[in-house]
Amino acid sequence: MNEAPLLRVERLSRHFPARGLLGWRIGDVRALDGVWFKVAPGETLGIVGESGCGKSTLGKTLAGIHRPDAGRIVFEGEDIAGRSASERGAVAPKLQYCYQDPGNSLDPRWTIRRSLNEPLIVHTALGAGDRDARIRDILQQVGLPPTHLDLYPHELSGGQQRRVGLARILTLHPRLVVLDEPTSGLDVSVQAAVLKLLRRLQQAFSLTYLFISHDLSVVRMMCDRVAVMYLGRIVEIASTEALFAGAKHPYTQSLLSAIPAIGGRRVTDTFALAGEPPDPVQLPSGCRFRTRCPRAAAMCAQTDPALRPIAGGQSAACLFA
Amino acid sequence: MPVPGDNLLEVENLRVSFGTEHGTAKVLDGVNLNIRPSEIMGLVGESGCGKSTLANAILGILADNARHQSGSIRFAGKDLLAMAQRRVESEVRGRSITFIPQDPFGSFNPLFPIGTQAMEVMKWKSPRRVAREKPGIAGLFSRYPRARRRADAAAVLQMLRTVQIARPEAAFGKLPHELSGGQRQRLMIALALLPQPQLVIADEPTTALDATIQMQILKLLKRLAKEREVSVLFTTHDLGIAYEICDRITVLYAGQEVETAPVDDFFRRPHHPYTVRLLESLPQPGRELREIGGQIPVLVDPPAGCRFHPRCSRATEQCRAERPAVTALGGGHHVRCYHPITGTGHP
Repeated sequence: MNEAPLLRVERLSRHFPARGLLGWRIGDVRALDGVWFKVAPGETLGIVGESGCGKSTLGKTLAGIHRPDAGRIVFEGEDIAGRSASERGAVAPKLQYCYQDPGNSLDPRWTIRRSLNEPLIVHTALGAGDRDARIRDILQQVGLPPTHLDLYPHELSGGQQRRVGLARILTLHPRLVVLDEPTSGLDVSVQAAVLKLLRRLQQAFSLTYLFISHDLSVVRMMCDRVAVMYLGRIVEIASTEALFAGAKHPYTQSLLSAIPAIGGRRVTDTFALAGEPPDPVQLPSGCRFRTRCPRAAAMCAQTDPALRPIAGGQSAACLFA
Repeated sequence: MPVPGDNLLEVENLRVSFGTEHGTAKVLDGVNLNIRPSEIMGLVGESGCGKSTLANAILGILADNARHQSGSIRFAGKDLLAMAQRRVESEVRGRSITFIPQDPFGSFNPLFPIGTQAMEVMKWKSPRRVAREKPGIAGLFSRYPRARRRADAAAVLQMLRTVQIARPEAAFGKLPHELSGGQRQRLMIALALLPQPQLVIADEPTTALDATIQMQILKLLKRLAKEREVSVLFTTHDLGIAYEICDRITVLYAGQEVETAPVDDFFRRPHHPYTVRLLESLPQPGRELREIGGQIPVLVDPPAGCRFHPRCSRATEQCRAERPAVTALGGGHHVRCYHPITGTGHP
């Protein structure tokens, strides 16, 4: 990354209170616990991890849906961390968040036309005619006929709803789009079409993507670099090639070994990672992966390893990497 | 098809439709499926293809608006559709055929400890329950014989250990929400195996789980099924998972089975155009993405003949007129297509 980064995230933290009996606060779920990374213009950065690792919280915090507890979000040179989406002014349309399930994020009682008009009314001063022209143009770009403008969300298939969700964001001409699980819940044959569309749109609108997904084979196809999250931290970040060729963090290695390879050896014969992620309210001391880690040693309980560079832009948070 | 009698389960020419406000949805259109003893059969297809309907039909738990069943479901030599419902309930469902759901949380009562719920299952479905204990309404008031209760409780604890639930005695007193998703699915596997069934129907049992937990559960299910010689009908939309645990695979498209083959042959030499296209749409490094054009048909008004014909590049008049018969390709590979793709096919 030689250019100035489009987005720089430093020490980003977001904690949620964990409540016990009678609503007493018994601790914090550290959904984001000191996250650092940069995104270069035009690249696709994948964020992968299992449920509860904080990847969606990361996307929503960047988009201003959650307020961070600490840290900086520097977008186009401006720190926007403390500001919610409505306080961001001119920056807001340029950094957009695409919801996981557009079927639920579209108002069921609004036509597609009204849903597509709303962001333009909020963020731009365009007149009705200009808005309509822009909407029709974008609708064509995402591969939907203009007749769909008068339909309601429930009349569309899952793949078409995703296209509307994308169109809604693209009308604002964003620079960075946070895609939260853009293909979860879609069948593989539809997923392929949506992924191809995302690529085409990236070229057509020179977009930068933050691609949040739990599906590593999709991430491998779509992303230039990948960040692996575990319990609120990035444990490894590298170019897609380097990560899939030689993951350095034991968690990344386990995650990669859990992908079934059709025609290859059965993962069910070889898979070794035991145990489940610990309770996020009571994280283990030191490295948070050590309770499941096959290489854990005594020093892992004492030192919380920071993300440190290894080679060629690859960094891992492991004492043995 | 193999010689009848070899099979534990034989579904033949099964048709199921549902009355909806838009008309009759013809969800299963003459489906054939067979499962041999201690075999894991994968039922693969996209959403809406009828996987769950077929699973529910075998269990006899179709919704009230399900209509007009033709065909037969033979299990261990008996036609379940012809059997008295009461007998199916007491002898088959929950006893010799059990079920692992997609979402274990929805299958537990959130208010009772899991031990209580496991014992409730065992009261009715324990393999130690003898037939002369009172059935039906009268049975509701009958006591749980103490000796059997003790034996059942021991069996439950033993099974919790088998499915690797940490500290099973403590788990007995926990409420469902106190367990993780992976633990709950382990518990579901335990409950499904406790009645010592011959067939377990697992309906997308790992879709809600994370990749690493999913592999742990698949590994466990595969090992236990093989050790206990239980057959499994495993429905999934994920071909990678089907590759992992199935012995044979049947592909369902819009309520019609299109291809059945042993797992390695299935992935090495797929013959049906739909199977081939489905495999091509999987993201694989170094290959361009290829979606399947068109959309799955509306089942209220499905295409005649082979239901894949509107999306198939090889379709001819014949495909539109009549659904192809089953062609045996040798080695247990069966396809229903007039123009199958031959040659080495998929990499």
